Amino acid sequence: MTFVHQNGVKALDGVSLTIEKHELVGIVGENGAGKTTLVRHINGLLRPTSGSVLIDGADARGTSVAKLSRKIGIAFQNPDHQLFSESVEHEITFALKNFGFDDALIEQRLNWALDFFGLKEYHKSSPLILSGGEKKRLTLASILAWDPEVVVLDEPTVGQDAIQKAKLLEIARTLHSAGKTIIIVSHDVEFLWSLQPRLVVMKRGRVVEDGPCAVVMQERELLEDARVSQPQLVALYESLSRRPASPFQDVSQALSWVSGERR
Amino acid sequence: MASKGPEVPLLSVEGLSFSYLDSPRAALTDVNLKINRGEIVILAGQSGCGKSTLLRCVNGLIPHMYPGDYKGRIVVDGDVVAETPMGKLAQMVGFLFQNPENQIFMFSVERDIAFGLENQGLPRQEMRRRVDEVMGLLHIEPLALRPPHELSDGQKQRVALAGIIAMRPNLVILDEPTSLLDPKTASELVSLVSKLNKELGITFVIVEHRLELLTPIADRIVVMDKGRVVMEGTPTEVLTNPASSTHGLAIPPVFSLYSELAERGSRLPRAPLTPEEMAQELNAP
Repeated sequence: MTFVHQNGVKALDGVSLTIEKHELVGIVGENGAGKTTLVRHINGLLRPTSGSVLIDGADARGTSVAKLSRKIGIAFQNPDHQLFSESVEHEITFALKNFGFDDALIEQRLNWALDFFGLKEYHKSSPLILSGGEKKRLTLASILAWDPEVVVLDEPTVGQDAIQKAKLLEIARTLHSAGKTIIIVSHDVEFLWSLQPRLVVMKRGRVVEDGPCAVVMQERELLEDARVSQPQLVALYESLSRRPASPFQDVSQALSWVSGERR
Repeated sequence: MASKGPEVPLLSVEGLSFSYLDSPRAALTDVNLKINRGEIVILAGQSGCGKSTLLRCVNGLIPHMYPGDYKGRIVVDGDVVAETPMGKLAQMVGFLFQNPENQIFMFSVERDIAFGLENQGLPRQEMRRRVDEVMGLLHIEPLALRPPHELSDGQKQRVALAGIIAMRPNLVILDEPTSLLDPKTASELVSLVSKLNKELGITFVIVEHRLELLTPIADRIVVMDKGRVVMEGTPTEVLTNPASSTHGLAIPPVFSLYSELAERGSRLPRAPLTPEEMAQELNAP
């Protein structure tokens, strides 16, 4: 599919991509590569100029954004584009009410979301007084509260400290093992490396690579060309004169290899 | 030239405590911190640790714009912040926000860069000279006549930074400067910071969560937690200290690996700052 902006700029140029149910997919690429434009097609916010987007086999063109949203939750990069309610609590319950959830369930989900994302002390506050990182968490909370099948996170780690990042990793892993389909757009290669998703690399509106994270992250030239850096453990692995068959997934793997070598 | 020594610090925070009006707990408690001329310092700590409040105290938003309970003092280049007009502080301390969209607004890149200089009432020729100089330093000459809103995020950030550097501040504060940038654009920004530091002697204080991007160029990391400065030292000293992860720092893998090796009695002769440096140590016979 192709998407041309009103000003004539071609943001997506012949993209073909199939994402299966229960997949965990990371999308990387330079600023302006088309990553955000691509994910906005998934819930019908944008419609392709040519080609088509099929959700569960049905053309997204024939389905309203409201209906697609029940199935697909997108947390956008800039929380200011998403938050609109007068209180944190309202922000989280807004969609739940729209989707017709009953009060008991709304209450339960609200408490879960406030608790999980560390927003309890703010539940009556206006989203406007939150810090950037807290706003970001609120957008995630308000989407995960309605339990969509597909969760799309656009730059989830921006402005998040190590503790929140660890929490995001846990959320992504938990949702994935609970059978959700997860799509994460991110510049944070260390975060993606911890998750080990299927990795899609975009450049100038095209998909230039698509494969397992551990394989794609070793394609140094391709990544360089797409302005993506290698995670530290991959860069270390590639600079070693003697090394194991595949890169270190985490520090403890690196540690056991290195200690073995130095014995 | 950047001289790094124990002379009179450029920025000195002395016993600073602050509570926002109507807030039950203190945002800052007895903060003491010295930043020397020519240093590059990372200010780290988890969300809500007081970093943003401290920065507001440095550029004078606190106490000039935010009421509250203010104790202690901050001295920037000899001037006590609480007694210095914000206009003067703005010329000494440059502040690059997380989102450059909030900072650039003129019709062309060069007009945008000149904006702060116009406010200073500089002669036209001097303005022209400085705008050309910073556009050269930041490699944005080709963008001079472009409308800023057409630029990419990385370019916008350079333009915003150029506007700051043109004012010749002694101290530049960058608030999560790489958060919107792709990895390569982020590392280009880091090289640029290092260049401005070396060539113009500008001191940088940088708030950043992705420490691996900045550790290769930083002189020091200052860690805050619950409104206090809880650790400070070189990147190696801080990031190989087990306490750093309890303060919410994301330890870059290279530093974790170095510490873990040391703990197992296999300390590398030189503490690496990058994966390549670590590989060099490991590859050595």
